[in-house]
Amino acid sequence: MAKQIEVAGLDAYYGAHKAIEDITMTIEPRAVTAFIGPSGCGKSTFLRTLNRMHEVIPGARVEGKVRLEDQDLYGPDVDPVSVRRTIGMVFQRPNPFPTMSIYDNVAAGLRLNGRFSKSELDGIVENSLKGANLWKEVKDRLHKPGSGLSGGQQQRLCIARAIAVRPQVLLMDEPCSALDPISTLAIEDLISSLKRDYTIVIVTHNMQQAARVSDKTAFFNLAGQGQPGKLVEMDETSRIFTNPGQKATEDYITGRFG
Amino acid sequence: MTTVPTGIQPISTGRRVKDRIVHVLVYLAFAIAVIPLISVLWLVVKNGMQRFDLEFLTHSMRNIGARDAGGGAYHAIIGTLEQVLLASLIAVPIGLLTAVYLVEYGSGGRLARSISFFVDVMTGVPSVVSGLFVLAFWILALGMPFSGFAGAMALSILMMPVVVRSAEEMLRLVPNDLREAAYALGVPKWRTIVKVVLPTAFTGIVTGVMLAVARVAGETAPLLLTVFFTDSINNDPFNGPQMGLPLYVFDQAGRPTDTAIDRAWTGALTLILIVMLLNLVARLIAWWRSPAKRGS
Repeated sequence: MAKQIEVAGLDAYYGAHKAIEDITMTIEPRAVTAFIGPSGCGKSTFLRTLNRMHEVIPGARVEGKVRLEDQDLYGPDVDPVSVRRTIGMVFQRPNPFPTMSIYDNVAAGLRLNGRFSKSELDGIVENSLKGANLWKEVKDRLHKPGSGLSGGQQQRLCIARAIAVRPQVLLMDEPCSALDPISTLAIEDLISSLKRDYTIVIVTHNMQQAARVSDKTAFFNLAGQGQPGKLVEMDETSRIFTNPGQKATEDYITGRFG
Repeated sequence: MTTVPTGIQPISTGRRVKDRIVHVLVYLAFAIAVIPLISVLWLVVKNGMQRFDLEFLTHSMRNIGARDAGGGAYHAIIGTLEQVLLASLIAVPIGLLTAVYLVEYGSGGRLARSISFFVDVMTGVPSVVSGLFVLAFWILALGMPFSGFAGAMALSILMMPVVVRSAEEMLRLVPNDLREAAYALGVPKWRTIVKVVLPTAFTGIVTGVMLAVARVAGETAPLLLTVFFTDSINNDPFNGPQMGLPLYVFDQAGRPTDTAIDRAWTGALTLILIVMLLNLVARLIAWWRSPAKRGS
């Protein structure tokens, strides 16, 4: 079910402001790709263009091509809703639906999109929670509100919710930045096990995290304040962290700026 | 023992005095704000309790002579309940949909801004004007009879801006994260609004609707012009003059006998109780729907 994403010559705008410029890359299936770079360099913006979440913001638009296998995601007759169903997303801050129980949160994506029998839903909810390493902790309180969980549990609940709709790609926008080290570890373990089935893209500010979980790393940078962010280089993670091709990458990962 | 100067000093006398003065002023302002409220409630309860009995709640004023004791407000209670219910049925859907448009779809466009402006204008419309409008348009121009429904239309004009404003506030309080979470699951925008945004804002919207109901339940002027008066029970809000509690109070208070004045006080007490009861019901609904309760 995992698929490859190809991006060619992609620009993204907020109104008149160009946030990222001319990004071309290939994201491999069944692997973890990490985006690193200083704040404001457009990593999150670029991530959101991959499932057409960017255009949700008023005035935001995208130019260029994003292809999932052979399909152009920005083609004229492509429904953005079905793109998002295929490419799931986990956000920086855990955002379970406050009016719903744990069970309903996981089932939300399915229930809001079609009809499923009770037993079907039960199975998917259990599998998704197991997939997110949360089942043991919540199986006795599935019908309590999701907002009663700890931050790390809430984030895993959001991951369970995202994988319950069986996406082909999972985008993660700094999924651990609001969590403590133990919850972070739980989520990193989860990412490593999820990559067997999914194409995973993760934005992170934590370079150790990128080094730990990812197979490929892309470094983004911006030339200056108000300039659009650009892709500096993308390579095997081990190469980026030991022998980067660009001076800027080396400066960033050794902590000389950013 | 010598103390090392740390730069940390005790509170100066001047600040202590200022703190006291402001404390007193704040409590004083609170007391002044509460005095009229308490005194109104106390007067209404004291004077209204005399006639607050079963006869008052179950009888109309039909065949009660000018000097007779007895009689009741059953016809007015029925009228008020029906008129407020009809007004809510008209105003709440329109108001809620308007708020949804303003928050979710309008996003600062020209149409949204002009709607916002006219909602503000409507908030300032005196209640008698809405009554006059229905009188001129519905009763005089279209030739419809005086009826509870005509009154409900006038009340709904007053309710609508209150519903729009409060629902808008509540929808704006729903974090954008939740909308994005739903979009990222491949949920279309309209389902996101129906299944995620509105349930999240539900409690606040109910409170806003109740405020609007409380506001119009006591309106007299628009009813005077649209439902007219009657001393008899009229259960059909679509046909013929009805009564309403505010009208009843207005009518009875204007009569020259003590028994009528007593009835007016009791009518006022009944009106306050009805609004309180509706509020209680709404709070119960909101509490019952809230996630915190379902989790326990």
